[in-house]
Amino acid sequence: MSAEPATEVVAAPLPNYLEAESGVASWLNTRDHKRIALLFYVSVLSMFALGGVFALALRTELLTPERTVMDAMTYNRMFTLHGVTMVWLFLIPSIPTVFGNFILPMQLGARDLAFPKLNLISWYLYVLGAIVTIAGMFAGGTDTGWTFYTPYSDSTPTRVVPVVIGIFILGISSIFTGLNFIISVHTLRARGMKWSTMPLFTWAIYGTSIMLVLATPVLGMALALVGLDHALALGIFDPSVGGDPVLFQHIFWFYSHPAVYIMILPAMGVISEMVPTLSHRRPASYTAIVVSTIGIAVVGFLTWGHHLFTAGISELDAGFFGVLSMFVAVFSAIKVFTWTLTLRRGSILITTPILYFFSFLFLFVFGGMTGVALATQSLDIHWQDTYFIVAHFHFIMVGGSVTAFLGAAHYWFPKMFGRMYNERVGTVGAIAVFMGFCLTFIPQFLLGNLGMPRRYYSYPAHFQWLHVLSTGGAFLLGGALLLTLTNLLFALKWGPRAGDNPWASRSFEWLTTSPPPKHNFATTPRLDYDPYDYSLSEEECRARALAR
Amino acid sequence: MNPATVTNWLRTMLFLPPESSSVAASIDHLHMFVILTTMIGSAGIGLMALLFILRYRHRGEDLAAGRAPETQKTTPAWVEWGIAGGLFSLFFAWWVIGFGQYVRVRVAPEDTYDVYVTGKQWMWKFAYPDGHHSISRIYVPAGRPVKLILTSRDVIHSFFVPDFRLKQDVIPGRYTTLWFEAPSPGHHEILCAEYCGANHSTMRAELVVLGPTDFARWLQRGDGSTTTPSPARQEPTIATELGPSQPMSLVRLGEAVAAQQGCLRCHTLDGSPHIGPTWAGLYGAKIPLQGGGELTADEAYLTESMMDPLAHHHAGFQTVMPSYLGRLRPPEVAALLALIKSLREVRGQDVRELSLPPPEVTPPAGAIGQPTQPSLPLLQPIPRGPDAPLPATQGLPPPGAQPWPPMRGRVDVGADGVQGDEKR
Repeated sequence: MSAEPATEVVAAPLPNYLEAESGVASWLNTRDHKRIALLFYVSVLSMFALGGVFALALRTELLTPERTVMDAMTYNRMFTLHGVTMVWLFLIPSIPTVFGNFILPMQLGARDLAFPKLNLISWYLYVLGAIVTIAGMFAGGTDTGWTFYTPYSDSTPTRVVPVVIGIFILGISSIFTGLNFIISVHTLRARGMKWSTMPLFTWAIYGTSIMLVLATPVLGMALALVGLDHALALGIFDPSVGGDPVLFQHIFWFYSHPAVYIMILPAMGVISEMVPTLSHRRPASYTAIVVSTIGIAVVGFLTWGHHLFTAGISELDAGFFGVLSMFVAVFSAIKVFTWTLTLRRGSILITTPILYFFSFLFLFVFGGMTGVALATQSLDIHWQDTYFIVAHFHFIMVGGSVTAFLGAAHYWFPKMFGRMYNERVGTVGAIAVFMGFCLTFIPQFLLGNLGMPRRYYSYPAHFQWLHVLSTGGAFLLGGALLLTLTNLLFALKWGPRAGDNPWASRSFEWLTTSPPPKHNFATTPRLDYDPYDYSLSEEECRARALAR
Repeated sequence: MNPATVTNWLRTMLFLPPESSSVAASIDHLHMFVILTTMIGSAGIGLMALLFILRYRHRGEDLAAGRAPETQKTTPAWVEWGIAGGLFSLFFAWWVIGFGQYVRVRVAPEDTYDVYVTGKQWMWKFAYPDGHHSISRIYVPAGRPVKLILTSRDVIHSFFVPDFRLKQDVIPGRYTTLWFEAPSPGHHEILCAEYCGANHSTMRAELVVLGPTDFARWLQRGDGSTTTPSPARQEPTIATELGPSQPMSLVRLGEAVAAQQGCLRCHTLDGSPHIGPTWAGLYGAKIPLQGGGELTADEAYLTESMMDPLAHHHAGFQTVMPSYLGRLRPPEVAALLALIKSLREVRGQDVRELSLPPPEVTPPAGAIGQPTQPSLPLLQPIPRGPDAPLPATQGLPPPGAQPWPPMRGRVDVGADGVQGDEKR
């Protein structure tokens, strides 16, 4: 591990961003993108824990075909809250607001994001949205599922409005974050950094941000209408007064299908960054990864109809949406092959992040291909609204996004905190996460094949043993995540010093000190080399990037 | 090993339920193709990555130093294009087969046996062309295409028969269709697959396929109205409460109730004046009230007049009508309302002799307060014939139709009893 301090290049050592200021006010009033990233880190992890507790409660209830620990309405609220928490409070903000916030400005060679205050406002809006949503949960919660399908959500006896308002506020936070990233990428790239030499993680966050900015207003509109429908009986989606419930599904999925890519594109960005660095090799094709990122961001908007194959849309519609959905899979597959080929002729550090890459690869490919299977219309008829769907999207969202999030948490841990986690515990954690995940969700694929519908509080008894397996897996997964968290928290204080660049990367963010100083770089960096070219030595890159 | 053994084994390994419809086997074959490819694909990629990780692991090389330039080679573009093209071809093959099957599954053949299905929280109701009804259990003939014409009373449900590999969302305010053919007799589980409220998971029913002779016997016996216990909450229906010996339309039930309860001693059906206001043309008319003002004779007013006749008394008539509160059961009130509504076009003395008008079916209580056009009824027979539009493709009810069905806080009159007469 090379741990040459940057002080050789930089004249005077600067205090790192953690030590530059102190006191609670210095955190709550900070404009530093790295500190805001940490604020988000703590927030989204708390929400992840909350959503995880909901998930374990659900799995416990499903141990037996009838009542186990809670009644039907509690269960129905619980799966809604699990979905709402995980989707809007954890998955969508997770990688962009934490690692995007922390890493993106550094990869651009910038001192901060374009609008540091707006960044802080994003966090406050997130907190406000989270508080409103959680207050709504405690004030009765809602039982519509995170999809809020009308006309049920118009007439449900539970309280839809607070949760909807909370998500609306979270949407505003997302839009602010997205705008900030887009503008930063356009205006703050280092001297010499072209679109064709921009780091791949930054590309992914840029693509995600465009989707966030374009799609989130549609979600806001859909949810505002549902809230008004529920509160004032406007009947926009209520057929008894001329509304159209299927229209809601179109509007909702116009946002929520791109939302899947909002969750997975940043994860792909993390992988695209980790794989070349850890194998010390140029990506097998930089162009392929960038083109597929843009491809997913564009085609992602044209596939929403595949959620409606059994809702009575026309056969022609179903045909088009089926083909368009397959393009997403092709773009994803290009990435998958490019990452795998990047390993070839590498010099690969077999560490915790690469294990997360490996489990990401397997789970994402399996989950993604079941996605193509689901876009195959005749198969979707049987699988729609069963546990097969549940298993499929958990493969993408947990197997894909969460695995990449954990990979990023380990990969950038020394960057963010300057210390190294325990490698052995990290390895055990990664393997246990993978096994717990497979044990939870592979039985759910089989349940779906058997015909077990989702959102069932009670179920026919012949499904039980698969549910028991799945619940066992969920607790294993929960334990593994707890172990991983403990390992990272422990390393915060007692981990050994990691050095500035433990992975020997050539990318900007690793060329400054770890943890970085308040304004990231002592000098304004410039990029006149390919940040993924490992035929250059680290010293040469540092000298060329940080030369005055 | 013959192919049947292999597919049976695969079916077991994939936990697929029995193949009990004419399309299930071919859908399962595509399923096996797709899932096997998926497993091989993900395992193959995983294995390749694992081999690379082990083969090219870090072996003490100084990573801070520059690596040999040949290690930095990129993959030629034709490889990427080849991968993209190859995969797209594979996916496109799935699509071609799957879309073909989808169209076959969605477009019903002609000459189907039609059953009308209503979903409501949290039960399934079935009405047959000859007037039979059943709740939570549907009987269909084996070896003959059956078309279900589905709609919902309240929220979206989804009619799912795992053994058939078929599912169709059931949407309030529109009709969707689902057709199938079950080759042999048997019992199959029906599950609601779209979340519909507190008891969503108990909204189950049973699909019973009967052989041709059994089905004919079942139709003959006419015991379709006897409901079968289901996990779902049972609700009384007109058919079960009145227990008619034969299925009857609501209008005919109304006639029977009117005679039985003595309504006809004071009210006439043909417009001739009598002690009470005639029922001919009454529905939807403006009623002058004793003490001034007027009201529209809608379901609410008519029901109120039965239960509390003095509340809004029709001007010009003696106050002699007794209250029927507690004497008429809700289904009987519904039947009377249907009878009165069916007479709305009968005018004055023009009609010499009462001939029951064709049972015009009006939407159940959907049009409170507004005189309506005859509108799209629940379970109205779908136009038949090759050119008749399929209701599923119409989306919303035709122009002029009332949005249907009623949802919140309205009298659940039900049109379940209406179907039989129209077919006779």
